[in-house]
Amino acid sequence: MSANSSTDRRRPQQSRASAWAGRIIAGLVIVFFVLFFVVPIIWLLIAPTKDGRELLLSQPFAVGGWEQFAENWDSLVSYQGGLIWTWLGNSAFYSLAALVLTLVISVPAGYAMALTEFRGRRALLSLTLVVMLIPSTALVLPIFLELSAVKLIGSPLSVILPFSFFPFGVYLTYIYFSTTISRDLLNAARIDGAGEFRVFAQVAMPLATPVVALVGFFSFVANWNNYFLPYVMVPGRKAPVQVGLAEMLSNVPQFNPTNVASTMISLPTLALATIVSVAPVLFIFLFSQRFLVSGMTAGGTKE
Amino acid sequence: MSNNTELAAAPVGVRQPAGARRRTRKPDSAQARIGAIFSSGYALFLLVFGIIPAVYAVYLAFTKNNAFAGVDNFIKIFSDFRFLPAVGHVAIYVGVWVFSLIILVVLLAVIVHAVRVRWLSTSVRFLFYIPGALAGASSVMLWLFVLDPSVSPVSFLLHALGNDSFVDTVRVDQLPFVLAIIAFWTGAGGWIVIMYGALNNISTDVMEAARIDGAGPVATAWYIQIPLLRKWISYMSIMSLAAGTQLFVEPRVLSQASKGVVPADYSLNQLAFLYAFKQSDFNGSAAISLVLLVVALGLSAFFVFRGGLFERE
Repeated sequence: MSANSSTDRRRPQQSRASAWAGRIIAGLVIVFFVLFFVVPIIWLLIAPTKDGRELLLSQPFAVGGWEQFAENWDSLVSYQGGLIWTWLGNSAFYSLAALVLTLVISVPAGYAMALTEFRGRRALLSLTLVVMLIPSTALVLPIFLELSAVKLIGSPLSVILPFSFFPFGVYLTYIYFSTTISRDLLNAARIDGAGEFRVFAQVAMPLATPVVALVGFFSFVANWNNYFLPYVMVPGRKAPVQVGLAEMLSNVPQFNPTNVASTMISLPTLALATIVSVAPVLFIFLFSQRFLVSGMTAGGTKE
Repeated sequence: MSNNTELAAAPVGVRQPAGARRRTRKPDSAQARIGAIFSSGYALFLLVFGIIPAVYAVYLAFTKNNAFAGVDNFIKIFSDFRFLPAVGHVAIYVGVWVFSLIILVVLLAVIVHAVRVRWLSTSVRFLFYIPGALAGASSVMLWLFVLDPSVSPVSFLLHALGNDSFVDTVRVDQLPFVLAIIAFWTGAGGWIVIMYGALNNISTDVMEAARIDGAGPVATAWYIQIPLLRKWISYMSIMSLAAGTQLFVEPRVLSQASKGVVPADYSLNQLAFLYAFKQSDFNGSAAISLVLLVVALGLSAFFVFRGGLFERE
């Protein structure tokens, strides 16, 4: 501490120079990391406007031509008879079906844990927290072994059902209901003669839109981007686009020179496929920064 | 507060009286019934996709051909020549990643928080956060390009570091760092935004008092902001530690793209995958999965019951 107070006494002389030095260093750090995060994305957006040769030879950030983009697009959508659309359709089907099921399961459960009393409520809540923090990959192989014992592998259910188990969503609705809806409000409805189900459907649900959107966002993004689970459950034509994208890689000659597959994929087409595979999530992300923060900080004890 | 939300900022006081009243009143039987019904669907899923798989993995890990096998499966996997290298790979990767994540996320959050120009701070956070949309296979796919000196936008950097081909870049001794960079690129932005929100929650009085006492930005960060971020930093570390041990998609795609320079058994989950799918040895696979599951479960339970970040009442 003594060293500290002595520097403090010298501050007036030094402060201006050191403040500027500090600002410059901070500025450089920011610029470096902005470039680090942004450059790969900009490059990815430019790559599909070039052909394979241009990609290797031209400046990394030189934009190619519109015709070339159209050609890459054609080669992507004609890959194995439009397989990319099948994959995208699968992704949409799995993610949306799981989204609906997740909401149907999580919202009533969160409500029940927040605003009603029943046996096992606290145990269920603690278990939810523990399971919620386990990375989803940790249970993939055990779930695979379980589902293969009941012969469900390869069926869409083998993806949709595990996707719909979303403890994080239950926790979010629990926090939402317990912080935004007072029991007095529910009791008032009860005194007016509403049954328990009506209290939920007509009092609690209309107030729950924000949390439904929040859980929907997290569920959709997590499921769309999930790779490991669908990779083991639904191979081939039933795969979602994330798994398909990795499959496509094996038809890129640059990365597999030994492969003499009939359908070749050029690097710019692979870049385009990468953009297409994340387009829905990227679109949602553009508008959802608030969502992410509110979800991740939900219930966090205020300091 | 701009980024913090209704949820996070929800007044704790609202909850307290409700909880207090609950304890004094007997639970209503109609409420108990609807509570049980409403949570039963979720409880069923928790059972089928949380508890039963874990129990089944325990069963498989301790049996062989449906007969009790003691710890044979574990002895087998521990003595597999691929097991220890995989543990080593994962350990180095997780170490490098979590360490750099803590340092850089805190540093960047504090710097961005100190930016007074509002639009600048908002846009910087947005740019940090956007790569999070590319997770899993898409993110690795993008990095295949960035790591390949022949097409990379930063090929000068790769050459300067002595990498003249893609296979060079992903050579095994360098791979933990490469994987850490990919993971950082994808995930750090979200954490920076969250830490920024937490920094916003520090009362202006405290910050003002520090300034009047003569603390510069560095001293304020070190003695005030970082200590107050402690819970969030440990939350981030635990989550990252647990997720890092599960490494699968990144080395799998890199292995495919590098013609095996990145081995197909690089990580533990890959090894468990090979056991199940190449060797049809579900017992061995379950044993590895169980080891990973116990690690993840231990970390998460420790945090839930000791970390105090989540509401358990």
